[in-house]
Amino acid sequence: MSSATLLKETGPREVFCGLTSIVWLHRRMPDAFFLVVGSRTCAHLIQSAAGVMIFAEPRFGTAILEERDLAGLADAHDELNRVVKNLLARRPEIKTLFLVGSCPSEVIKIDLSRVAEKLNIELKGQVTVLNYSGSGIETTFTQGEDGALKALIPQMPSSKENKLLLVGTLANSVEDRLIGIFKKLGINKVESFPPRQSIELPSIGSGTKVLLTQPYLTDTARELKARGAEIITAPFPLGVFGSQKWIEAGAKSFGVDKSLVQATLDPLISRARKALEPYIKNLSGKKLFLLPESQLEIPLARFLHGECGMELIEIGTPYLNKDLMQAELELLPPNTRIVEGQHVEKQLDRVRAEHPDLVVCGMGLANPLEAEGISTKWSIEMVFSPIHGIDQASDLAELFSRPLHRHNLLKSKTLQKV
Amino acid sequence: MELTLWTYEGPPHIGAMRIATSMKKIHYVLHAPQGDTYADLLFTMIERRGSRPPVTYTTFQARDLGGDTAEMVKGHIKEAVERFKPDALLVGESCTAELIQDQPGALAQGMGFNIPIVNLELPAYSKKENWGASETFYQIVRKLLTNSENKEGLSWKEAGRRPRVNLLGPSLLGFRCRDDVIEIQKILAEHGIDINVVAPLGATPEDLIRLPDADINVCLYPEIAESTCLWLERNLGMPFTKIVPIGIAATQEFLKELHQLLGMESPNIIEESHKSKLPWYSQSVDSNYLTGKRVFIFGDGTHALAAARIAKDELGFEVVGLGTYSREMARKVRPVAKELGLEALITNDYLEVESAIKETAPELVLGTQMERHSAKRLGIPCAVISTPMHVQDVPARYSPQMGWEGANVIFDDWVHPLMMGLEEHLIGMFRHDFEFIDGHQSHLGHSGGYSNKKEIEKNNSAEAPHLPQSSLSTEGPTWTVEGQRELAKIPFFVRGKVKRNTEKYAKQSGCREINEETLYDAKAHFKA
Repeated sequence: MSSATLLKETGPREVFCGLTSIVWLHRRMPDAFFLVVGSRTCAHLIQSAAGVMIFAEPRFGTAILEERDLAGLADAHDELNRVVKNLLARRPEIKTLFLVGSCPSEVIKIDLSRVAEKLNIELKGQVTVLNYSGSGIETTFTQGEDGALKALIPQMPSSKENKLLLVGTLANSVEDRLIGIFKKLGINKVESFPPRQSIELPSIGSGTKVLLTQPYLTDTARELKARGAEIITAPFPLGVFGSQKWIEAGAKSFGVDKSLVQATLDPLISRARKALEPYIKNLSGKKLFLLPESQLEIPLARFLHGECGMELIEIGTPYLNKDLMQAELELLPPNTRIVEGQHVEKQLDRVRAEHPDLVVCGMGLANPLEAEGISTKWSIEMVFSPIHGIDQASDLAELFSRPLHRHNLLKSKTLQKV
Repeated sequence: MELTLWTYEGPPHIGAMRIATSMKKIHYVLHAPQGDTYADLLFTMIERRGSRPPVTYTTFQARDLGGDTAEMVKGHIKEAVERFKPDALLVGESCTAELIQDQPGALAQGMGFNIPIVNLELPAYSKKENWGASETFYQIVRKLLTNSENKEGLSWKEAGRRPRVNLLGPSLLGFRCRDDVIEIQKILAEHGIDINVVAPLGATPEDLIRLPDADINVCLYPEIAESTCLWLERNLGMPFTKIVPIGIAATQEFLKELHQLLGMESPNIIEESHKSKLPWYSQSVDSNYLTGKRVFIFGDGTHALAAARIAKDELGFEVVGLGTYSREMARKVRPVAKELGLEALITNDYLEVESAIKETAPELVLGTQMERHSAKRLGIPCAVISTPMHVQDVPARYSPQMGWEGANVIFDDWVHPLMMGLEEHLIGMFRHDFEFIDGHQSHLGHSGGYSNKKEIEKNNSAEAPHLPQSSLSTEGPTWTVEGQRELAKIPFFVRGKVKRNTEKYAKQSGCREINEETLYDAKAHFKA
């Protein structure tokens, strides 16, 4: 058992809401459309967070509630029905439509499941309509993916087939790589959830063994278990060590011979450790402060401390699921300060008092901290970059090393007296 | 309910944040859930601000809704006032908080602070960002000046001092506001006019209390400052300028209006305009090729209107489309469009704007960053003239839109995406030489018909350039081999337009086939 110090903090928070995960989910499943039922704020949030002006017709949008929807002049359910039909007429290629609840739709209690159910009957065969909540009063940032995946689970066919299921969005290249490794270990049936096309859902049942690739899938894990799957406990596949343990746990559950696992992974591990060396030099002994946002904070801290030698000042996390995080918590050094929740002002006070070398934070806080001379890394980059697996460990370290390297490059020259 | 894939303006509380963040010594408590904190990045990332917006979000959660959210709001207000010690406090709500009706503004007013508290009621389900900014600025000014008397003080002449004015309207996330203020300050200084207060950009509440010390107000951005200027005129008898000094003629008229309102003798505005290079560059023989270039204009009201005037009167373009996403400015844009023989496009739907561009087939688009993307897809050059703000709209260099230097910047920004005049002739002359590679544009480094130097998007794989010449249509009249051969002789940068026009003509005149002659018939038809 870990001896980390677990603290809770309440106050003003500075984190994205679950709607933000649409930014990567829509890219993962190009045949799906995400329709937020919300306000102009929701629409503005997603386009601002994603910087998505480049798409002609993006695969997400917002049904913006207007005064007449709120005043009861129009039945919100009928209105939504109308908007969805217009959308589907324009975009016949959509195979799965997610109706995504938001803060306002939750507060005025629009029953998205009812709308989805009605639409599914009407549109039978053309498109599957699902719903989940990405609202900021219930979810943070990456929890949106948890909601979307949970909504997909009832669509998964049942089967008792033995298989390994990797759960959580991964970059395609990383996914291919990890599946390739499992195949080398003799596990031939490896599938991913979410799939690359929303209609190519893997089957699930008592023969399914699940490895979570992301630490924020609480509800999804519970539902998969309810469908008979076994959730394998392991650290998350970040860094050499975490990825090794993760792969080993998968292999063990399939009874793969230990010597085969070792023979397969050893060359990868020694190569990855070598690639890590220059970054370790740069990161070792540096003080790290992680503000809460992506829910990846604990595994990242474990990697940056355990493999890169960074000193952990504080790990912020939006919420702590001790079950899913157990294997990670055990790997943290004693007395690591983990703060669940946030009081952003007090947390920034602590940042200033501790003078960390690097702060992992959201985009809103990065430049203000940089202006105070503190190097930062955006946490949102972690959910867009291929960082999982043994081969990616050095890329992951590089993400944290670069701001420090840059800080040193510029400090002595142009930015001397700002 | 309205389906929106992308929006030109944020919600009204973003407008309030723009005012709060533009100012100093002010704090904004925003009753809003955690997701709304994304708004900070608009300032810290897009505008690269080195400080956080002065905003405390209450970040209430679902579990709070069962309990006493009002007490929670009060706790946040108290903490914010104690921590940030503002000279004035703004209190308001975002869309979700509006629904739960905690009335945080009223709560704050009952807490016994001895600072002015502005209760912002910004209807999130009917209004948008610019309206929110305008309303917030107006409410702050009204609150702070509520006890000021209608000034019957001495005019600057009687008081024996230089005339002085307030510059109202510049704000963060406004288009080139930072540099416009510098340019206008410079021009006013040349005419012996002092600046009393610039607001909201850089102003403190104390500065706003000094607003009545000026003789008149200069309304730089009507979207943000007109309602405030009207109130100051009505209640404190302060006249304000109506002309926005973007472009040569507008800057000249602005100077005239300013001098008149201040009771000063009008300067020689012809001589003044020589401070800009635009008039001469436009007159230069090299600019002959600009004549009649078809330009499509879309943006906020102020910049779209200014662009239409400059395009037509100062660069000799033909305006083929004019519109705005700002409903508040529709009243001003409509008559100007009508005068140009157009119907104004008033819409918040960028796809509607894109199809209007496609329809009118302009040679240059002046729009927002979204029109830049649309134009890129259509293979049409584009210059950005208006918000919504993009990180590229906050250049490191000095690049105002207003005044004489603003006119210089506009000339460069609009003309550079087009092919240079001399170059156009040379390409025409040498295009049969073997060195000539179709589609090559010497200094622009791009293939195809678009050439905006700003096109450095890394992530543009999603938008394969859709060039007019590649879209040989499958319906309608067909091209004969001779017709196609003749079409290929036409310089590539006008080929798309000629092709479209010819097909249109062929359809109109019932031709099933387009041969060499049809092409020339069409040419004559459209010239006539």
